[in-house]
Amino acid sequence: MAAKKSQVATPRSIDQLLAAKEIVIHCGSGGVGKTTTAAAAAAMAAVHHGGKVLVLTVDPAKRLANALGLEAFGNKESRVPPEAFLAAGVEPRGELWVAMLDTKQSWDDLIHRHARDPATRDAILANPLYKNIAGRFVQSHDYIAMERLYEIHASGTYDLIVVDTPPTRSAIDFLEAPARMADFFSSRLLRWLTVPARSRMLSFASKPFYSVADRILGSKFLEDIAEFFLLFQTMYDGFVERANAVTRTLEDKRTTFVVVTTLESAPVREAEFFIDALEERGLHLGAVVLNKVLPSWFLDKGTTASAKALVSDADALAARLPASAGPPEQVARVLREVGESFLNFQVVAKREAETRAELSAAPEVIAAVPYFDSDITDLAGLLQLGEQLWH
Amino acid sequence: MTVDLLDRKLLFVTGKGGVGKTTVAASLALLAAQHGKRTLVGEIDAKGNLADFFEIGPTRFKEREVSPNLWAMSMDTEESLKEYLSLQLKIPLVARLGPLARTFDFVANAAPGVKEILTIGKFLWEVRQKRYDLVVVDAVATGHITGHLAAPQAIQELVQVGMVRDQTGWMLDILGDPAQTGAVIVAAPEEMPVNETLELVEKLRTETVVDLAAVVANRVLPELFTRSEEEIFDRLPVAALAEALGGPVQPLIDGAQLAVTLRRTRGVHLARLREKLPAGTPLLYVPYLFQRSHGARATHQVAEHLGEELGF
Repeated sequence: MAAKKSQVATPRSIDQLLAAKEIVIHCGSGGVGKTTTAAAAAAMAAVHHGGKVLVLTVDPAKRLANALGLEAFGNKESRVPPEAFLAAGVEPRGELWVAMLDTKQSWDDLIHRHARDPATRDAILANPLYKNIAGRFVQSHDYIAMERLYEIHASGTYDLIVVDTPPTRSAIDFLEAPARMADFFSSRLLRWLTVPARSRMLSFASKPFYSVADRILGSKFLEDIAEFFLLFQTMYDGFVERANAVTRTLEDKRTTFVVVTTLESAPVREAEFFIDALEERGLHLGAVVLNKVLPSWFLDKGTTASAKALVSDADALAARLPASAGPPEQVARVLREVGESFLNFQVVAKREAETRAELSAAPEVIAAVPYFDSDITDLAGLLQLGEQLWH
Repeated sequence: MTVDLLDRKLLFVTGKGGVGKTTVAASLALLAAQHGKRTLVGEIDAKGNLADFFEIGPTRFKEREVSPNLWAMSMDTEESLKEYLSLQLKIPLVARLGPLARTFDFVANAAPGVKEILTIGKFLWEVRQKRYDLVVVDAVATGHITGHLAAPQAIQELVQVGMVRDQTGWMLDILGDPAQTGAVIVAAPEEMPVNETLELVEKLRTETVVDLAAVVANRVLPELFTRSEEEIFDRLPVAALAEALGGPVQPLIDGAQLAVTLRRTRGVHLARLREKLPAGTPLLYVPYLFQRSHGARATHQVAEHLGEELGF
């Protein structure tokens, strides 16, 4: 495993990409199949490359946990039992581990780590604003995902970490989360908010703002916020240092990004936006995965002619089939349906092909995963999807 | 108590990412406008693409008429704050509000509920002003919607005095009145969208005062065959058919098989949705549109289907 990582040749497949990197972050808009794709990629790596592979996921379907042979999984990493692989008919070279991101729990852990003394820690954890804020402010979910990733990577426990990112309004948010967190704690306003109220009132420059803010929000609320941030600020150094370290991890050569999208217009636009954002930040785009792609034979010209003939000449065709096929008028209806359905799906397949051609900033690795017509319910299904991804 | 969907005054349309939330919001608004209601449709995500669904230029905070009876706008919390300040505080210093609003934006980021209340407050304000018969909101996705809808309560808990708190009373009155306000959840017949829909139904009940107005099952695939037709399909003499056609047949069979299987796997999730929704919840079906684009044409088609489902 270690020997493989040192090779510098440009990866030409997801297989090679996973072999060459230590952190693979999957991103894309909601509903495109990020979680499943990440899990499938990690399972494949565990089977074929060996080593310890972790998939860090955000909001897995219960079915995914079941597919991995687990009842459920939480904030702590747990190992997918080898029996689950044996049941799928494979003998993995390595180990597959999974963990889910629990934002609240991770925030609490962070406070435990950074609070300078138990009194501050308890005061923060007990603050009524904390619960709300841990869930909301500065895209804390995004930050915590990256922070957790950093922590696990720094522990050196895994050869490969495959990450599924939280569903953000924009996929870009989590990239900026560490920097924003650092900015937030260094900002002038926060410092101003956290000076005692009396001296704040004396500052002439801030008076107009304060009086308006006071009328709108009430001074008590502003005091509550100020008090909370005063407590929080004692953790300033620790936080900023950490946020910067997280940013460095994202920029590291051993980290790569996989953009997952379907070929529908909105997710593709988001994917293009994200690809640009990666380039702007000098981050490594490893691959684009096109998920739920209709089979290319929907575009086949010869078959199109057949489909059209089925629709227009259904009765004549049905009459030429052996009587064992069924009552001719029913057979004709079936033939017409088959033809119409094909032509319907062809419209969608054409649109997909055009969108695919338009994906201008094409990276070196593009993997297309066909539309899986049934849900994945076990590791075998996940690996089957992985096979499509792999080559 | 059942209220006809479009007779409410305010509809928050939500759903898991990728299920067609904006399509449904745009189509519901269009349908209402077509039936003579003065309708405002607003998107909460300023970076959203509501405009694409009507094929009009970009929408802004200031609403504009996009078709008869239909106005469209995009939320912008800074603009909303400005409007609020000038309406409520009678502050004449609009020129100086820029930096103030930016500072406020910062506080809003840190203080839970403030940004959310500026967002939904604007729509509630429009309802209160009665300038429209119906306000349709292309709201945030299922994961974040309760944060928005519960913002007035959060503010009441956290803020003891001040004008924002004073505003929460009438907001909650409108939000909590099922004759006026309702949530519409859009689901696709797939596992996660159905799970999230059912979770949200429960959260709406326990964490917000907002009534569930309807669930829309979007992109429902057509049933290809009746049972007897499916038997015929299963034993179709492929070789004889290929000969009669003089062209390839197998991809046609595979294509139809894919359509049948997709319909079946999705049918399971659809059935689960139907079973687990609270009794009496209107469940509206919108078929999968085999379409080249998702522009104005698709919006009109979805509006037509929704109209049929609503008995127009």
